[in-house]
Amino acid sequence: MVLAALTGVGFTYAYAEQPALVGIDLQLEEGRLHGVVGLNSSGKTTLCSLIRGVIPHFHHGDLTGEVVILGRPLLDWDPAELSRTIGCVFDNPFTQISGIRETVFEEIAIGLENLGVPRDEMIERVESVVEQLGIEAIVEKNPNELSGGQRQKVAFASIIAMDAPVVVIDEPTSQLDPEASEAVFEIIEGLKHRGKSIVLAEHKIDLLAQYADTITVMNEGTVVMHGPTRDVVGSDEFGAYGVVPPEVTELGRRLAAAGKPLDRLPIKRAEAFDEISVRIGRSTHAH
Amino acid sequence: MPIELNGVGFTYPDGSRAIGGVDLRVDDGERLAIVGQNGAGKTTTVKLMNRLLLPTEGEVLVNGASTAKRTTAQVARDVGYVFQNPDDQLFAADVRSEIEYLPKYLKWPDEKREERCARAIELTGIGDHLDTNPKDLPSAIRKFVAIAAILVSECRYVILDEPTAGLDSRGLALLHGMLDRLGDEGVAVITITHDMRFVIDAFRRVVAMADGAVIADGDRRDVFLDDDILRRSRIRRPDAAQLARDLNLSRRALTVDDVVELVP
Repeated sequence: MVLAALTGVGFTYAYAEQPALVGIDLQLEEGRLHGVVGLNSSGKTTLCSLIRGVIPHFHHGDLTGEVVILGRPLLDWDPAELSRTIGCVFDNPFTQISGIRETVFEEIAIGLENLGVPRDEMIERVESVVEQLGIEAIVEKNPNELSGGQRQKVAFASIIAMDAPVVVIDEPTSQLDPEASEAVFEIIEGLKHRGKSIVLAEHKIDLLAQYADTITVMNEGTVVMHGPTRDVVGSDEFGAYGVVPPEVTELGRRLAAAGKPLDRLPIKRAEAFDEISVRIGRSTHAH
Repeated sequence: MPIELNGVGFTYPDGSRAIGGVDLRVDDGERLAIVGQNGAGKTTTVKLMNRLLLPTEGEVLVNGASTAKRTTAQVARDVGYVFQNPDDQLFAADVRSEIEYLPKYLKWPDEKREERCARAIELTGIGDHLDTNPKDLPSAIRKFVAIAAILVSECRYVILDEPTAGLDSRGLALLHGMLDRLGDEGVAVITITHDMRFVIDAFRRVVAMADGAVIADGDRRDVFLDDDILRRSRIRRPDAAQLARDLNLSRRALTVDDVVELVP
């Protein structure tokens, strides 16, 4: 099934002068990892809020066009049902953490409690995400005493624990170190392998190139590029919208500019390794 | 005059020890990046530099005077601190008032105030947003407003906490231009960051921290050469540098340009 189908969608926040989204036509399939990139204020967060139903159910404004989520028009969804179907991680963990729970463990469990998940299963699910994220050392801490990076992990953990079929995530790694960021992407990939659909707004293009199935590029409130990750990230047009290409792609381009083009422009580390290995082999052979 | 940390340790009131035995010296006009995983003690170290924290062991000297003998407001005139989250810092109703707050508080003469504000606004590229409430701005621009509010002061040291988080290529270009200008003016910049591409592009001196201690302090090429330092501080070589190593092209290559040179 189609996860989200947007046709001619525009949205202007109440009291805003400029529209946040304009003329969006976009179709995202179920069971994939969809990356969304773009300049700051290009509409990424608004698009995530829309797919999640926070717009227009919570943030009011003027919505035009047609939004269909899992075969049902957005406005026909009951907000509570939609929130069980689509889990959402906000980019600022300081707004997500409830502030009313005394331990990280309880904070992660809060969503499950609201869903009425039986106690034993709840504990099992929380323990499982705690282990996946490697945050065992902070489960007994007060969420208000955590660092930014730790809060971000807890906010992410509480959504993963919900086990919703769709997860919309807005910059989950902005405050994380490289190792933790990679761990978050590995968990997201694990979700995909379990059949979940993921929409992920993210600046870390190196990681998106590695993991995402499709990339949507947004600019000034509209979708300017959309397609399979390789086609989008490897395209000459990609950098024009303010997104920094992966380092290995930049390497491929500079090699071409230096008169040493690779056979195929790499977007992943392993591809760059293979391409350059072949080159070195050839050059050694020629000698 | 430098910032000096001599045998500095910091233990939080709950007994958890954030850093210990840290010796670090930052000279006028220097530029250095502090790297390490979440919880390594990076933020504690820089907070000690502008007296947001006082050491529980050792001493921190700014311009030769111990921070313990001065107020945070006094130290902040020498050492500016830009928070990772601009919302921790911004409070005024519009950008102009945010930038002018310190000059007005310090009762600077009009000419000086205007000159310092104009410089801060130009360096951070926020001239189009002066009448806007910072809360209505996108987070990347709010970040530059927070930087401008610090640059307006006459501080000789600026601490930037994760300055590239959430920045697109336009924001990055602005940041790099700003760092170069500050360098020309002799203002030292100390950054803590997880962004190794940024470190390689803009910093020569790298300090690696792990478990509350400085485990390496030196030229970026030496720091990124050493597998043991990288493993202990849980940082990664940028992809191009790692490729050069994996392909046996070079162990010292660091930048994309280095690797372009090496590929036949």
